Amino acid sequence: MISRTSTLLRNPWGKPRFLPLVTALYVIWSIVPVVIAIRFSFNAGRSRSVWQGFSTRWYVGTPEAAESVLYDPSLQAALIQSLKLAALTMLVATPIGVALAIGLARWRGRLAKPANFLMLFPLVTPEIVMGVALFLVFDNLYDFVGFGTWAQFLGHVTFSISFVVIIVRGRLFAIGRDYEEAAMDLGASQFQAMRRVLLPLLAPALLASFAIVFAISIDDFVISQFLSAGADTITIPVRLYSGARLAPPPSLNALATVLMVTTIGAVVIAGLLFRALGKRGGEEGSALESVAGFEL
Amino acid sequence: MPTNLQAAEYDAVGQKRWAWPSFAFPGVIWLVLLFLIPFYAIFAVAMGYNDPILNSPQPEWNPVYWDPSVFGDVLANLFGGQLGITALRTIGYVFAASAISLLIGYPVAYYVSRKVGRWRWLWLLLILAPFWINYLMRMMSWVNLLSPDGQVNRWLGAIGFDNLPDWLSGHHFVVILGLVFGYIPFLVLPLFAALDRIDNATLEASRDLGASSTQTFWRVTWPLSRNGVLGGLVIVMLPMFGDYYTPNLLSGSPRTRMLGNEIDQFINQTTGQGGVGAALTIVLMFFVAGLMAYYLITINKATREARE
Repeated sequence: MISRTSTLLRNPWGKPRFLPLVTALYVIWSIVPVVIAIRFSFNAGRSRSVWQGFSTRWYVGTPEAAESVLYDPSLQAALIQSLKLAALTMLVATPIGVALAIGLARWRGRLAKPANFLMLFPLVTPEIVMGVALFLVFDNLYDFVGFGTWAQFLGHVTFSISFVVIIVRGRLFAIGRDYEEAAMDLGASQFQAMRRVLLPLLAPALLASFAIVFAISIDDFVISQFLSAGADTITIPVRLYSGARLAPPPSLNALATVLMVTTIGAVVIAGLLFRALGKRGGEEGSALESVAGFEL
Repeated sequence: MPTNLQAAEYDAVGQKRWAWPSFAFPGVIWLVLLFLIPFYAIFAVAMGYNDPILNSPQPEWNPVYWDPSVFGDVLANLFGGQLGITALRTIGYVFAASAISLLIGYPVAYYVSRKVGRWRWLWLLLILAPFWINYLMRMMSWVNLLSPDGQVNRWLGAIGFDNLPDWLSGHHFVVILGLVFGYIPFLVLPLFAALDRIDNATLEASRDLGASSTQTFWRVTWPLSRNGVLGGLVIVMLPMFGDYYTPNLLSGSPRTRMLGNEIDQFINQTTGQGGVGAALTIVLMFFVAGLMAYYLITINKATREARE
C-alpha cells in the first residue's frame, strides 16, 4: 500500500486508474448540479429540492396562475428583453465586424496597427471594467441615450464586434487573396470581386458569426446589469441573479433552462453551418477550434 | 494610361487606397466611441470633482485639471484600510481558485487529450458542455443545492448528520469552490489544446531513449504544455479578479467581499460614489495589466528561446 502511494506521488499520470477517475468525477461534478436544476424545473410542486411529480406548469402554466415562464409578467419580460437584445445585437454587430475584419486584414496604412490593437482590447478587458466604463459614459457624456435597452444594445454590440473579427479573420487568412485577384484579372471591379467572390467564400464564417453573437449576447450578465434601467430592461441572466437567493419557485429554473436550450441551439447551428459550408469551401478548421476557440 | 497623380491612388493590384480603411471605418469609429472614450471616462470620473449642490461626481475631461484627491483616498485605504483587506482577500481567492482549477483541470485535459478512439468526441463534448451553459444558471444550481433546505443538507441529514450549517452565509471555501466551478472550463480548454498538440511520437521517443514515465512527464510533457498552462491561468484569472456575482450569490456576507463587490456597490447600488468606484476600477485594471504583462513577457521569452 505504501509503495503504491509513493508511485502515485511520483507519477500520478502514469497510473491508468487515476486519470479516468479524476476526469469522470470532474464531469459529474460540473454537469450534475445543472441537471438537478433542470429536473426541478419540471417539478409538479413548488419545491426545488423535493420531487413531487412531473409537470410543465412552470413553463406553460395557465395565464390565470401567472406562475410560468410564459405567463409570469417578470419572467416573460426577461425572456423578451433577452431575445430582443440578442437579435438586435446579432444584426448590427455581425456586418460591422465582418467589414472590420476585411478592412484590418487588407489595410496597410499607418493607422492599421493601432486599429488592430483597439479591436483586440475588448477581448482582454474584464467585463466589470467595461461595465463601469459604459455606465459612466452613459451617465455623463451620452446621457441622451439613457440607461435601458438602447444602452444595453450599444454595449452588447461593442463586446461582440471583436468576436466576429476573430471568427472572420481566420477564414480570411485561409482564403487568401488569390481568388479575388483572379476575378479582377478577369475584369471584375473591386466591388464585384468582393460581392461575387469574397463574400460567398466568407459565408460560413458570416453565418457562424450571427449565431455566436446571438449566443454571447443572450448569455451576457455584467454589461446588461450595469446598463439596465428598472424591471422592464432586466434580461434572463440578470433575473437569475436577482432571484436566486430569494427562495424562488421552480419557474426560475425553467427560465434558466429555456436560456440554456437557446444558447446551445445557437452554438450547435453555428458549428454545423461552419462545418457544412466550410467543407464546400475546401478548408475545414477543427470543430473544437471553431466552436470553443471563439471564447478565447 | 493613368497619370502619375491617379496612379498614386491605387495600390499594386489596382485597388483604391481608401477602400480597405473605409471597410474598417464603421468598426473603428464604433470602438472609439463606445470603448475608448468610455475607458477614458473612468479616468475622467476618478480624477473629477464632486458637485457640491447635486452631491454627485462630475467628470473632468481635461487632464490638466485632474484632481487626484479621491484617487489618493482610495489608495490610502488600500494600504492600511478596509479596502486593503478586501484586495488581499481577492488576491487570495483568485490564486487559491486558480491553483485548485489547475490541479483538477490538468489531469482532466491530459486524459482527454491522450484519449483515442470512438469515445473521444463524447469526452470532449462533456468537458466542453459547461462552456455554453450560462454562468448564472450554473451558480444558481449550486444555490439550489446548498440552500438550508437544499439537497446537500438533505443528503447529509439522511446519513445521520445533524446541526447542518447554512453553506451560503460567508464561508471562504464555498466562494473559492464556486469560483473554481465557474471558471475551470476556461482553463481546461486551453490546457487541452496545448496537450493535444504534443505529438505522441515525442513521448514515445522519450520512453525509447530510456526515460521513465515520470521523467517523460516532467521533462517532456510538462515543459511542452507550460505555455498552455500560463495562458489558461491568465484566462481564468482575468474574470475572477472582476467577479462580484459569485461571492454575492454563494455568500452575500461582508466576510467574503471581493474588489468587484466594492465596485458594484459604489457604481450600481449607491449614488454619488462614482468617483470612488472609478478609482477602484483603475486599481483593478492595474492588477489585470500586471498579470497580462507578466504573461506576455514570459511567452515572448519562451518563444525566443525556442527559436534559438
